[in-house]
Amino acid sequence: MAILEVRDLKKSFGDTQVLKGVGFAMEKGEVLAIIGSSGSGKTTLLRCLNFLETPDCGIITVNGETLFDSDNRSPHSEGEIRKKRLHFGLVFQSFNLFPQYTVLKNVSLAVELLARERSDYKQNKSEILREIDSSAREIIGRVGLSEKMDAYPFQLSGGQQQRVAIARALALKPEILCFDEPTSALDPELTGEVLKVIRSLKSSDRTMIVVTHEMEFARNVADKVIFMADGQVEEEGTAEEVFERPRSQRTKAFFTNYKKS
Amino acid sequence: MSFQTVTRMLLGGFAENGFIFIMTLLMALPLGLVITFGTMSSIRPVKWLTRTFVWIIRGTPLMLQLFVVMYVPGLLFDIQMPDHMLGVQVNPRMYSALIAFVINYAAYISEIYRGGIESIPKGQYEAGQVLGMTKGQIFFKVVLMQVVKRIIPPLGNEIITLVKDTSLARVIAVQEILWIAEEFSARGVIWPLFYTGVYFLVFCGVLTLLFGYIEKKLNYYRG
Ligand SMILES: Nc1ncnc2c1ncn2[C@@H]1O[C@H](COP(=O)(O)OP(=O)(O)OP(=O)(O)O)[C@@H](O)[C@H]1O
Ligand SMILES: [Mg+2]
Repeated sequence: MAILEVRDLKKSFGDTQVLKGVGFAMEKGEVLAIIGSSGSGKTTLLRCLNFLETPDCGIITVNGETLFDSDNRSPHSEGEIRKKRLHFGLVFQSFNLFPQYTVLKNVSLAVELLARERSDYKQNKSEILREIDSSAREIIGRVGLSEKMDAYPFQLSGGQQQRVAIARALALKPEILCFDEPTSALDPELTGEVLKVIRSLKSSDRTMIVVTHEMEFARNVADKVIFMADGQVEEEGTAEEVFERPRSQRTKAFFTNYKKS
Repeated sequence: MSFQTVTRMLLGGFAENGFIFIMTLLMALPLGLVITFGTMSSIRPVKWLTRTFVWIIRGTPLMLQLFVVMYVPGLLFDIQMPDHMLGVQVNPRMYSALIAFVINYAAYISEIYRGGIESIPKGQYEAGQVLGMTKGQIFFKVVLMQVVKRIIPPLGNEIITLVKDTSLARVIAVQEILWIAEEFSARGVIWPLFYTGVYFLVFCGVLTLLFGYIEKKLNYYRG
């Protein structure tokens, strides 16, 4: 069964329709790269998956559970939307770290707040917090920042900040982790370290969607590639299919332009 | 008139200024937040009403507001201000003064709060949202500290202005420090009038140091 299924997703802002019926499916453990020119709706798609925007139309299913269905729009309480969000994680282009907290706290804060809702929280508080702390440290180690545990975001380079943001998203163990151009706010010499971390996260039980302009990365890491144009999936296939043998004229034109620049 | 006597009598007057200062702060700081929520409300009439209110308060002199609070309740509604506060005998005019000061400063402070809240980037809220935080958690755990850091400098400015504004209460015959000093000059002793400046300078100096300290404390992070 597909871990994620998106069907006919539509979204307009005022008069402009940004998503015009996007659909795709993913298997568990897959890495999907979404490429496409500026304004084609990639960010909007990720924001819809993370419930930062409400689609006008469409269905989103995770593991067989329908999270969103425009035909069956029961009024969603804030609490319900929060629960649905936790299926997804999102790493922003601009990091959005919390400036007043250390690296460790940035990573552990949301997990701690969530743990308060556990029924055994009061009884086992200190043990739960200890567990959260050690798993946060472990995750920070995995993105290579053990030395920076107590640093504040302003003391880190852009690449390091983005790695903290990735650790922060990982800490909640989302089923599907989304990245919105994770390296495009970085100096070229810093993109490598972030891409390396993302590549290292690839595993059989972690599903990832990466919106990116790094074609080399998409080609090497993604199991599947989607080329979006004008609010629609213009082309879809394995990395090899899309990069080596694109069928659509628009995809070809996009690659030609990309090589030129 | 000995230096000690003048010092002591001016100090008595300055106690009134200090009283207005403290009471205004205690009430205007929370009331300002209520007004902020009004001006940022998504309910149109609430937003419109509070913004008009803030415009009127900020657009007219505090001195005029003092006169209005002083005379209008009595003239129009035959309301007399009480002559005791918290069980202590006070000049009823102190009530009028406090009402005017609290309303005036709450309006200004509400704009400082609003500026602080609106200056927090949308990405901070969204980061909290995708991490599954509730609205309350986002406000208290993510946004609030950042707002506090940003509003401390303008708030310090406003609070120092309040110290000096308290002397305006003399226009409705609250016997604060300048009132006392003017009584001296009416009797031909002019120097106490200038001497009052020392009181304000010392008080504002202490506040400046205090705010500098808080700003430094909050400087452990940037952004
Ligand atoms: N909140 C919004 N209100 C109005 N228009 C919006 C909003 N968000 C996005 N848009 C518009 O939707 C279109 C698609 O935006 P989107 O950010 O999804 O594109 P993108 O594919 O991520 O582009 P880029 O590669 O530049 O990041 C753009 O034309 C943009 O102006
Ligand atoms: Mg984008």
